[in-house]
Amino acid sequence: MEMNAPAVQDLIANDGAANGDEALLELSLGPHHPSTHGVFRMDVVLDGERVVKLKPVFGYLHRNHEKIAESTSYLGSMPYTDRLDYIGSLTNNWAYALAVEKLAGVQVPERAEYIRVITAELTRLQNHASTIGFLTQEMGASGSPLMYSFREREKILDLFESLTGSRMMCNYMRFGGCRVDLPSGWLEQTRKVVAEFPRFLDEFERLLAGNEILLARTQGVGVLSRDLAIQGGVTGPILRASGVNYDIRKVDKYGIYDRFDFRVPIGEHGDVYDRYMVRMLEMRESLKILGQALRDIPPGAIMDTKTKIRGFRPKAGEAYGRIESPKGELGFFLISDGSPNPYRYRVRPPSLINLTVLEDMCLGSNVSDTIVIFGTIDIVLGEVDR
Amino acid sequence: MLGEGIAKGFVETARNFFGSYLSKDRLTTVQYPEERLPQIEATRDFPFLVYDGDDWQAGLRCVGCQICEKECPPKCIYIEKSKDKKPDAVGKLQFFPAVFNIDVSVCMSCQICVEVCPFEAIKMDTEFELSTDDRFGGLLWDKARLSKSNAYYGKIHPTDAAVSDALLAEEKAKAEAKAKAANEPMANSTLPNALQAVSGASSTQ
Repeated sequence: MEMNAPAVQDLIANDGAANGDEALLELSLGPHHPSTHGVFRMDVVLDGERVVKLKPVFGYLHRNHEKIAESTSYLGSMPYTDRLDYIGSLTNNWAYALAVEKLAGVQVPERAEYIRVITAELTRLQNHASTIGFLTQEMGASGSPLMYSFREREKILDLFESLTGSRMMCNYMRFGGCRVDLPSGWLEQTRKVVAEFPRFLDEFERLLAGNEILLARTQGVGVLSRDLAIQGGVTGPILRASGVNYDIRKVDKYGIYDRFDFRVPIGEHGDVYDRYMVRMLEMRESLKILGQALRDIPPGAIMDTKTKIRGFRPKAGEAYGRIESPKGELGFFLISDGSPNPYRYRVRPPSLINLTVLEDMCLGSNVSDTIVIFGTIDIVLGEVDR
Repeated sequence: MLGEGIAKGFVETARNFFGSYLSKDRLTTVQYPEERLPQIEATRDFPFLVYDGDDWQAGLRCVGCQICEKECPPKCIYIEKSKDKKPDAVGKLQFFPAVFNIDVSVCMSCQICVEVCPFEAIKMDTEFELSTDDRFGGLLWDKARLSKSNAYYGKIHPTDAAVSDALLAEEKAKAEAKAKAANEPMANSTLPNALQAVSGASSTQ
């Protein structure tokens, strides 16, 4: 007993196991473990196989993003936003650009709005594709499902590269528009990718939707009740899987989302299976939006001519811009004091706030289910720790 | 029946496995060092300095204004301005960078230096096989390592290079007309070098 670290003893004593009924075991999952999607640690207390306590420990990837942004220009923060949720850098760009545009009262040309919608929906496609790929990997379906979804993701990343120059760190959107216009042939290539994507979804559904092992591992596991989801401030596919109809694309209608006809998939049980299915269905809705946006995209300017790139100084004030990123509500809060740097720069990351309900979802389940439940939250540590 | 879903799933796996022999769609693997994908034009990784003509020192477009140094988000650029002047791409006498260093271990390839440069002097390269065993000297690139010709820029980013050449040609024509109007003999004595350099570069497109 003397060999144990004090922290472990405290934890175990607090759970009332000191009276010697049962021995509890403290297990540290992570930080260096592939199932934790980065450097994340779960301090789990186990009673046999059952989780009785779970403490998320994060901060291993803290990079001082918010403070750095307060000492660089408005433009200088744009490439850093790519590194928040590095799976979906274009949606991060959009959220930040939206906040600055609100702050400075900048109008975005119509073509740029369409490009933003197209790139954001492509981001959602590749984010959800890789999330369900990782999820099945964590359930033990190693290899095939992840490779199939990465094969599709690759096509979308190629589109991003030919448009923005980079596959993941796109740094594409600017206040008042986008950095460069679409290269020739890009729209045709995108139409082709969008037309071929349903084949992947159909195949993926046939591959897994009826799989008895997947059903046994997901249905009724990690239930998040509707009330807790709302109270916890959870957003994104997890909230919708718990039966709450809340999608910022519908609620705020930011950009030009009021022009598109699409539906918001809602789950019923709030378990792992619903969260998986909501993502699958959201991809189909994204394809619908993409089809309409690619059909309607007008010619024209992509940058507001009155907005300066260099020496950008919005007038004093504050603004909060939020969008529906693939992971939930991504918001940027900015306070300007009229100088070239923001006075305060704050990110509302969906990953971090969705992570707060992890313990409630995991209590009572076993370790292997904990990994799966954690996988459905779909976090990126770059965004959690900032 | 129990196991039916699993069996159906295996049909898909088999479709992908055998399909990979028949369709290029399902076999996307590229055997990298031997096989390579075609380069995507917009690709970017690290910045380089553009020069016109054959002599990188004489043709360097950079005037050492230090805007990129100031705007660079991770602050990976270090510039020291020269004491004397030389004619730039447009033909005006300008300073040039006595020292221009980029620490590529710090650079995050964001392209902001390219966007803020008013002289079309810094552009993004596409060369990616850059590993080195010298983590200090090997990753701190100086002016000589960074300088690449406009012809090279035209080769890696043809569309962007055409735009940038047109812009420079326009500015040069303006500057020439201005110099002509002000003082004819003087314009003739200072221009030829730069003039040849720029026209030589654009003819290689």
